[in-house]
Amino acid sequence: MPKIVVQVMPKQDLLDPQGKAVAKALERSGHPAITAVRIGKRIELHYATAPTDAQLAEAKKIAEGFLSNGVIEDVVEVSIEQD
Amino acid sequence: MKIGVVTFPGSLDDRDAARAIRLAGGEPVALWHADKTIKNVDAVVLPGGFSYGDYLRCGAIAAQAPVMKTIIKKAAGGLPVLGICNGFQILVESQLLPGGLIRNEKQHFVCRDQKVRVESIDSAWTSAFQKDEEITIPLKNGEGGYIATQETLKMLEGEGLVTFRYLEVNPNGSMNDIAGLRNQRGNVVGLMPHPEHAVEPGFGPDSPVAMRSGIDGLKIFQSVLGAVVNA
Repeated sequence: MPKIVVQVMPKQDLLDPQGKAVAKALERSGHPAITAVRIGKRIELHYATAPTDAQLAEAKKIAEGFLSNGVIEDVVEVSIEQD
Repeated sequence: MKIGVVTFPGSLDDRDAARAIRLAGGEPVALWHADKTIKNVDAVVLPGGFSYGDYLRCGAIAAQAPVMKTIIKKAAGGLPVLGICNGFQILVESQLLPGGLIRNEKQHFVCRDQKVRVESIDSAWTSAFQKDEEITIPLKNGEGGYIATQETLKMLEGEGLVTFRYLEVNPNGSMNDIAGLRNQRGNVVGLMPHPEHAVEPGFGPDSPVAMRSGIDGLKIFQSVLGAVVNA
């Protein structure tokens, strides 16, 4: 299935309580080399046919305007992915 | 005096909000997320709950609902809008209020009777309070940590837009202990704790007077009735 992948991460300077909890669990289970964990989202937009450049541009708009909230998150990637 | 209460898929406290409006002396009107109409109401409450299962981000999908398009437009014209808990999240996702709400600092869902200070009475929803009045109303949220850029925080504090501030305990890691905000005009107010659960003796938080006798939330709904009468 042709798709556009959007990746969203919590902003670097913001507390990510989810990542912090996972990091603590990793520390407890003996992975001292891992100093921090941050958890984001991968969102796939599926298309019937290979997405065009215009659709990629549209997906970038959707990613900024709806799939992420600029106050708390950054869109780190919007790209076409082939299987 | 008609006050609309919107029900989204996953709203929980819509009937409690309607009951609070009735107890304050207003007429609650049920509004539906998929409708464009808000039935000529004089004010709107966005109730608490988990609209759309909190998918994507709390309040994000609700902010795109047809009824919100109308509410956002009318709010720009001065329609009083109150967002409680999930309703507050919908207001920030709609950009009617600045900032964002993230998972509580310590990950836990917090449910407690919360003391807050009413710091701004220059709003449609707080005019019946005394400035700096301290009230106790229930709080129950998992994603109530208020965050904003330093710039936004400075603006909120400078312009006196912080409307409710947590006292004694900051339950969710909110920046500057912010529990609720208003917009510049004062018609839009959002807060994390639930005034609609403290409106009737016997069903509210404990108070020094008696168990469950707290009705500190009632003035929020009485405020808007006064504001609409005076408008």
